[in-house]
Amino acid sequence: MRPKIGVFSFTSCEGCQLQVLNLEDELLHLIEQVEFVNFREMMSEKGENYEIAFVEGSITRESEEGDLERIRNKAGILVAFGACAHIGGINVLKNVCPKDMWLTATYGRRDLFSDTIPVKRIKDVVDVDYVLPGCPIDKEEFLRFVQALVLEIEPRLPDYPVCVECRSRGNICLVEQGRWCLGSVTRAGCDAICPTYRDNCTGCRGLTEDPNIKSLFNILLEKGFTREQIESKFGLFNGLEGISGPGSTED
Amino acid sequence: MTHDIHLHHITRVEGHGNIVLNVRKGRIEELRLEIVESPRFFEVMLKGRRFDEAPHITSRICGICAISHTTASIKACEMALGIMPSTETVLLRKILVNAEILQSHILHIYLLVAPNFFGVGSIIPMAGSHPEVVKRALRLKKAANEVCRILVGRHVHPVGISIGGFTRVPSKNDLGEVMRTLEAVVPDMEETVALFKDLEMPKFDRPTRYVSLHEDGEYALYGGMLYSTDGPPVYPIDYKEFITEEVIEYSTAKHARSGGESIMVGALARVNNNYDVLRSEAKWAAKELGLRVRCVNPFMNNLAQVVESVHAIHDSLNLLDDIAGRDLRCGKEDGMKVSAGRGVGVVEAPRGTLYHDYEIDENGTITAVNCIIPTAQNLANIEEDIRALVPEILDLPRKEIEQRLEVLVRAYDPCISCSTHFLEVKFVG
Repeated sequence: MRPKIGVFSFTSCEGCQLQVLNLEDELLHLIEQVEFVNFREMMSEKGENYEIAFVEGSITRESEEGDLERIRNKAGILVAFGACAHIGGINVLKNVCPKDMWLTATYGRRDLFSDTIPVKRIKDVVDVDYVLPGCPIDKEEFLRFVQALVLEIEPRLPDYPVCVECRSRGNICLVEQGRWCLGSVTRAGCDAICPTYRDNCTGCRGLTEDPNIKSLFNILLEKGFTREQIESKFGLFNGLEGISGPGSTED
Repeated sequence: MTHDIHLHHITRVEGHGNIVLNVRKGRIEELRLEIVESPRFFEVMLKGRRFDEAPHITSRICGICAISHTTASIKACEMALGIMPSTETVLLRKILVNAEILQSHILHIYLLVAPNFFGVGSIIPMAGSHPEVVKRALRLKKAANEVCRILVGRHVHPVGISIGGFTRVPSKNDLGEVMRTLEAVVPDMEETVALFKDLEMPKFDRPTRYVSLHEDGEYALYGGMLYSTDGPPVYPIDYKEFITEEVIEYSTAKHARSGGESIMVGALARVNNNYDVLRSEAKWAAKELGLRVRCVNPFMNNLAQVVESVHAIHDSLNLLDDIAGRDLRCGKEDGMKVSAGRGVGVVEAPRGTLYHDYEIDENGTITAVNCIIPTAQNLANIEEDIRALVPEILDLPRKEIEQRLEVLVRAYDPCISCSTHFLEVKFVG
């Protein structure tokens, strides 16, 4: 089948959409395999006849909830596209700031744009059929995912941690070097790009199925990080995933 | 003539925006460029976090200009902490800034602007009608992305570029690959100049204040003084004397002005202000394209982007020659000394001057943040342009007015996610 695709964007940097346009070698083949009918960043046409909706961004305004529900009602398949859609992404940092600060600190008054709400993941508003994780999404993973849909095969994400990919690339472990890294509890699929470039894994792809958070916490505590610091690192992307905040790491 | 125009969610721009225009008997009664992108509150999010998280967090302001945000953020932190990056680090950052300019401009001129001249709604039908144009666009875009991939893993949210240096130092082989990648697209860039030479930009002149960085002897993208066509240069740290922001009730992006006037930033402003120090290849391109400074037609921003793309490639090749003879001392030092301070990082993002201003306390915690985004600086000017343009085109059919306005807004290459996010045009009754 040649599925009809819509790409939609809520609160985000639109970098995940850009990753699709960054498939320079494959883009021409891709548009033969699928039909983009709605993709505002790339095209003027705004078709409503999409079968698969890729939804980028988090929900941060009341009005966005209705827009998302309309997309859900039209699409047979809805994909949470990228970290903002999947787990709230970096947007979630807004939720830990005092609400009365949001508007006053940014606009100096609180009467404008006051329909802003705490950040929600797509799954907090509508049913999500599939997830493409990451900040940004991995281009290759997107291609494999679309291929699977075209061939009507059930798409699958890796259920092992980034550590596995990191080791297979022959990297020296950042945690062993005394640095923090969330690769041991974060879902793989990025080919461990950050630790390979000697940057910390910030957990942008969300957690593995059964993450051993307690163990990572203890190791990082031993390395001299405080509980507060560790929770803050988890909170960068996974603040809504129930692992940061008081009490959640106690058991 | 009465028009109620409401262009809702302007397409082929980054983000969500509308134009509302209400014309009664040939007079504009209402004109708003509404920015309806959801505010994201980055300035609030950064407060209370450690300074070294800022580059990673602020990269997420914009997928298209992730390297500019990361670089401005790094520069702000370095100034606040008194860190001097090595010459090699700066050279590599300049190559990355060039790569982002190239990637962003190619995306804009080919994927967003060109379909208009071929009478189609996107690049997709062009793949059938003009495959050589589309393939060339993709080769150029890929080259820019490859430079980023080799040096910092990827373009959208780079990794390994960091305060003080690079966490992964590129090898000589990496630099060789960067050079071969850029050399390979020099002919494609020449073809691009030839293509755009034949595309006629709408005629419309309105002089305004052009603002950019400026530096003696160098086309200023990575640093320099704040420079306006009417006024003395200003040090980045004093930017608040140079540029002011105001909250507009119908725009989640603020409007910025300089000296109380609307300003234009981005490719055309930079070419206007810094033409003399463009690479000779870029000056040739400007000549071919009929872009003569000072150019006061905002539609020509599209062609200024072509000129800058030529510059970006050749300037990077030159920087690579410079690096080739050096030891790559660009590794990030361990154990940065943290002290309280304020830093302002300014860089030319593809769409114009980008400011990050942080205050950091003695524990390394960020206590105050201000970011000024290029698109926010252009918004007031776009409105002024629309105000001046509408009377000139009022006799056209409504559909054409709408299209011309959308083309005008798109020529500024607005980045609405950045400025919060962008565009729809509403014609009101």
